[in-house]
Amino acid sequence: MASPPLVEGKFARHLSRDPDAFPAITGREEEWRFTPLYRLRGLHDGTAVVDGTITVTGEFETIGPDHPLVGTALVPADRPAALAMRDFKEGQLVTVDGELDEPISLRIKGNGESSYGHVVIDAKPFSKAVVVLDHLGSGTHVGAVEVLVGDSADITLVSVQDWDDDAVHLSAQAARLGRDARFKSVVITLGGDLVRLNPTVSYAGPGGDAELLGLAFADAGQHLEHRLLVEHTAPSCKSRVTYKAAAQGMEAHTVWIGDVVIRKEATGTDTYELNRNLLLSDEARADSVPNLEIETGEIAGAGHASATGRFDDNQLFYLQSRGIPADEARRMVVRGFFHEIVRRIGIPDLEDRLDAALDSELSA
Amino acid sequence: MTTLEIHDLSVSVEDKAILTGVNLTIRSGETHAIMGPNGSGKSTLAYSLAGHPKYTVTGGTVTLDGQDVLSMSVDERARAGMFLAMQYPVEVPGVTVSNFLRTAATAVRGEAPALRHWVKEQKAAMAALDMDPAFASRNVNEGFSGGEKKRHEILQLELLKPKIAILDETDSGLDVDALRVVSEGVNRVRATGETGTLLITHYTRILRYIQPDFVHVFVGGKIVEEGGKELADELEANGYARFTPAAV
Ligand SMILES: Nc1ncnc2c1ncn2[C@@H]1O[C@H](COP(=O)(O)OP(=O)(O)O)[C@@H](O)[C@H]1O
Ligand SMILES: [Mg+2]
Repeated sequence: MASPPLVEGKFARHLSRDPDAFPAITGREEEWRFTPLYRLRGLHDGTAVVDGTITVTGEFETIGPDHPLVGTALVPADRPAALAMRDFKEGQLVTVDGELDEPISLRIKGNGESSYGHVVIDAKPFSKAVVVLDHLGSGTHVGAVEVLVGDSADITLVSVQDWDDDAVHLSAQAARLGRDARFKSVVITLGGDLVRLNPTVSYAGPGGDAELLGLAFADAGQHLEHRLLVEHTAPSCKSRVTYKAAAQGMEAHTVWIGDVVIRKEATGTDTYELNRNLLLSDEARADSVPNLEIETGEIAGAGHASATGRFDDNQLFYLQSRGIPADEARRMVVRGFFHEIVRRIGIPDLEDRLDAALDSELSA
Repeated sequence: MTTLEIHDLSVSVEDKAILTGVNLTIRSGETHAIMGPNGSGKSTLAYSLAGHPKYTVTGGTVTLDGQDVLSMSVDERARAGMFLAMQYPVEVPGVTVSNFLRTAATAVRGEAPALRHWVKEQKAAMAALDMDPAFASRNVNEGFSGGEKKRHEILQLELLKPKIAILDETDSGLDVDALRVVSEGVNRVRATGETGTLLITHYTRILRYIQPDFVHVFVGGKIVEEGGKELADELEANGYARFTPAAV
């Protein structure tokens, strides 16, 4: 079998729909070096038997792997993703036409089985909507999300990972933006044993604007990994990435990789990415790697910032010295840390839900 | 009537003895000034009374109306009626002043103040300290000027109405106008007669606005001389030379 096509440059990677084009994952690859492969239940080396289902409820059209839109925004970059795209039994197509006032919600509930999934969001030109994907329950799930944001469309995709403690979730979430399209991705990862998300953005025309917001909270034993790639492939596009993670407890581990590449043709690009991590206990760990690759000198702006810090006991002392009990003071500090993300989500219901979820994480 | 009794208090930081036997009694309505050179341990005394974990009490007792303060957690001390206006207030990103104040008031009063009353109360307290209402939606101490930080501390003092208020260098970094506004705030609390005040300062400047009943000279981790207001006047004229070891 010949090697799959190679995308060259600093973020060189193979892209193919053919699973056999990819060698088994060993853990020595740059993309996998942070991931505890032994917890992937054989997804990485092909020993996993993925023959179960996952229950998806909401408004959508059921599609299979041969649907023409499958693979138009996303070309798999690893073997599990390629297998999932080839073998998923039931995928969901959400078509957005016109401006929708109410969010479209898909509830994706694992029932303990191993499953593949595939969601395609096809946003027609000038359409506008919020789409919420709610992942919950348990199981092993490889699920792709493709978002086709048509010219001048405005799409917010919210992906909530609120799995039970034993879930394993791999998901490539690719958005392709048309001319003057707006895309906002909100990723909220709270639950699951191992969650590894790959949000990617590329631009099919000029004037696209992508905002990627992420929030993760890892408890003891959780591995929550977010690997982003924003590929500026058209002139005069903008991207903003803001991800924050907190980790507490033994083996609590968050990983954030922010790759941004500005291709030669992407003149006038304006990009900035920021990652902040808060370690709430000594045993917790956060890895943060921003990467910026610029192939043209004619850009509007490009920058990144990344910092990981320990919980500041002086903040706790200050709040406690005003009578606020330690646990409540701690909650305030952590909620304050995430506030910058939460206030930018722009969906009040979700913000309330998130506040409640964070509170329960913090009082666990 | 409240009494805070500090008896033979010794405190060390990272195994270095800083306080070497402090004795002081403060009652409601009284204002005590502690004056001492930089590094003499004034902030150490303030933080130790508030229960900062960095400071280790190695001896002595502190009681508030007979209750053992040293065995209380930081927040228990505040709920028992102690308050520390800090020399260097701490930034808390993402937590607004209004949220912070209401949470603190709820904790100290034992129940959430009725929202309508509270909004009025907070507004009035801010106005009294010449604070812009927009201040309430900023994050606690984040990007505050020196003067704003101190006003915010005194705002908390006025809203929380403690039994014992410890003000650590509240005057430092203030221009004349801010010093006057902040002092008036302290004087309003004093005028209730229900708060005992411990005013920690390096300079005599603030004592022109806040008249102490007692002045204590603090050198080398303990009180070395006590007197009335006239002691402050002497310090103003002659400085600490008479009290520092080099002068002995
Ligand atoms: N964290 C610390 N570690 C070591 N020494 C400290 C620490 N904090 C304060 N000190 C020392 O304690 C002494 C008293 O400091 P402080 O209480 O801040 O004095 P003041 O408020 O009177 O200026 C100083 O010698 C200072 O260097
Ligand atoms: Mg000091």
